[in-house]
Amino acid sequence: MDLRFTPEQDRFRAEARAWLEANVPSASKGTGPLPSLDTAAGFEAHRAWERAMFEAGWSVVSWPREYGGRGAGLFEWLIFEEEYYRAGAPTRVGQNGIFLLAPTLFEFGTDEQKARYLPAMASGEEVWCQGWSEPDAGSDLAAIRSRATPSPKHGDAWVLNGQKTWCSRGAFAQWIFGLFRTDPEAERHRGLTYFLVRMDSPGVTVRPIAQLDGETGFAEVFFEDVEVPAAQVLGQVGEGWKVAMATAGSERGLSLRSPARYTEAAARLVELYRRRAQGDGHPDPGRAGRCADDVARAVIDAEAYRLHTYWTATRVLSGAGVGPEASMNKLFWSETDLLVHSTALALLGEEAEMLDEDGRPPPWLDGFLFALAGPIYAGTNEIQRNVVAERVLGLPRG
Amino acid sequence: MRFGFDEHQLEFRAQLRAFAEKQCTPADLRDAWASPLGWSRTRFEALAEMGVVGLTVPEEYGGMGLGLVDLVGLLEEAGRAGLPEPLVETTALGVPVLAQAPGAQGDVLRARWLGAVASGTAAIAVGTSSMPAVPGAEGADLLLLEGGGELHAVPAAAVALTPRPVLDGARRLAGVDWEPSPATLVVSGFEAEGVLRALEERAAMGTGAVLVGVADRLVSMAAHYAGERLQFGRPIGSFQAVKHQLADALVRVEFARPVVYRAAWSLSVGDPNARLHASMAKAMASEAATVAARAALQVHGAIGYTWEHDLHLWMKRAWALAAAWGDAAAHRARVLEILLAHPA
Repeated sequence: MDLRFTPEQDRFRAEARAWLEANVPSASKGTGPLPSLDTAAGFEAHRAWERAMFEAGWSVVSWPREYGGRGAGLFEWLIFEEEYYRAGAPTRVGQNGIFLLAPTLFEFGTDEQKARYLPAMASGEEVWCQGWSEPDAGSDLAAIRSRATPSPKHGDAWVLNGQKTWCSRGAFAQWIFGLFRTDPEAERHRGLTYFLVRMDSPGVTVRPIAQLDGETGFAEVFFEDVEVPAAQVLGQVGEGWKVAMATAGSERGLSLRSPARYTEAAARLVELYRRRAQGDGHPDPGRAGRCADDVARAVIDAEAYRLHTYWTATRVLSGAGVGPEASMNKLFWSETDLLVHSTALALLGEEAEMLDEDGRPPPWLDGFLFALAGPIYAGTNEIQRNVVAERVLGLPRG
Repeated sequence: MRFGFDEHQLEFRAQLRAFAEKQCTPADLRDAWASPLGWSRTRFEALAEMGVVGLTVPEEYGGMGLGLVDLVGLLEEAGRAGLPEPLVETTALGVPVLAQAPGAQGDVLRARWLGAVASGTAAIAVGTSSMPAVPGAEGADLLLLEGGGELHAVPAAAVALTPRPVLDGARRLAGVDWEPSPATLVVSGFEAEGVLRALEERAAMGTGAVLVGVADRLVSMAAHYAGERLQFGRPIGSFQAVKHQLADALVRVEFARPVVYRAAWSLSVGDPNARLHASMAKAMASEAATVAARAALQVHGAIGYTWEHDLHLWMKRAWALAAAWGDAAAHRARVLEILLAHPA
């Protein structure tokens, strides 16, 4: 056991920090903050930021060089993430692609698919959204009814029909990945296939949906006789569930939510507490004292998540896989995120709900609204608790 | 960065688990409850024979000369087994104090006690003036006692004990009457402050490690029971209301564990944040054990509320240790205090 980073890792951190300090859009540089990525203008501004990172080699540090990465290791990726959040850099508009689809492409994609999709994903040229849920298939994902049938016109192509919903970034994305039923006779989890679909394909209709913050963070996507070539099937026909669970594992586990988001927010929470405890012109000086225990809880939980991630990363580097334990991660980070942000709002009191001059939620409120989604997406926390109970503790299925 | 144990550490831990499965069964624990001390000298000597008791004793005194990272997984196993012997007090707290005691008095203490600890013939108890009573005082051969900012090493013959009956029959407490004297003084003044702070930090980490093991055992017991107990014609573990309680408890245990391990590492290398890390560890571990005890009792229902069922042997340990050396809230307060002492 040695919890120090190596000199090479320290140098990597210094290099990342220097580049981010010089390049992260900010008010002081007159380049930021960027408008919300769930607006048309903000989406484009965030894509431009992805491009800038890609050109400097920081977009996807852990990917092989041939796809635009640096071939960096797992800990280097975690270090980069720590620096990314420390620098207050923009939300990754490409996150569904680079953190969720990409690990699945690396595992199941053909060489042609990897060459076709990964570099464009890393540069922000092509932003991906996710097509899992349907109106009648949420927690019960295997109940999906959107279907794919062989094309009557082109031998090995498929025709998609149906509806996907709650597709994050769906309003503006160029591509969608999702599950469709290729064998209507098969039982639930069988007979599903994983497709990659251009959002501008004829027959695709997007209906943006406004989220809690009023912006169109997700969308419904309708498929009406959408023809898709066989080359856009990821993994084998009929094995979509297995492929999708790899993506879900990334979403719950290591890749989507790096600890930096929580440790950085927790550090800001301590500073908010410090100012409130010192008075800070606040009309309720007792408030900080009443929040003190939750502030400490939030800080410790964020730190526990970081340490647990280092623990898991060490195991992964020595060849272990991440199985159903990923569901424990998802439970913990989503609850931690809520604790950090709800404690901040408690410190702010009645000021917490006030919008900024542009009518946008300021950072703590914005973070709180985002954190509220955590226990719902990537499989609700109720589903995660079932997974933990059944597959980690070995309790019988209901 | 490598956050994991090496092969030797894992092997040692597996040996202790195997030992405990044979030598520290629930029936053995009940024997300990019924015994005069609440723990067994025979088992303590067997643990010493394995190298566990003398793990931190320098090799020149017959110990293993190892550190807290080597010890932390063993303490977790001790908690898992409900082991009543005073391992935290002797191996994590007492030995390092003796090993570093200054001057000629230090040499005398080392010569007198370290070999005896390594062979399992001496056990140590630790008491500070903020404690209402001292755990493991009965049966301890040497007591390290704080009073008036001084730390004294007092042989059992020189103290008068008043047993204070407690809920956990395998972790007894006693009031200790003693007189400080130049002959017993280990450190005083500024030096004593440092020694006592380090001792508290090791206690938070070590007790935290035991608590993680206790919590893990409680969740396992409840999961096992939930898989067997039938109601409405099926195992109660198939109901989500039961599943979710146990999943939440397991998550608390799972995330407390690396925080405790990190504290052991920070203490062993003298990391400047070791005190912060030790408090984080105890806060997480106390909370995990309290949550696990509550969930485990609820899942067991009335049978878990009985004397006859084994659950209470671990539940009472969880409660006792959750409060020992500062409860979760006290350590959270310390964490915030330390963070605020650093400038933004």
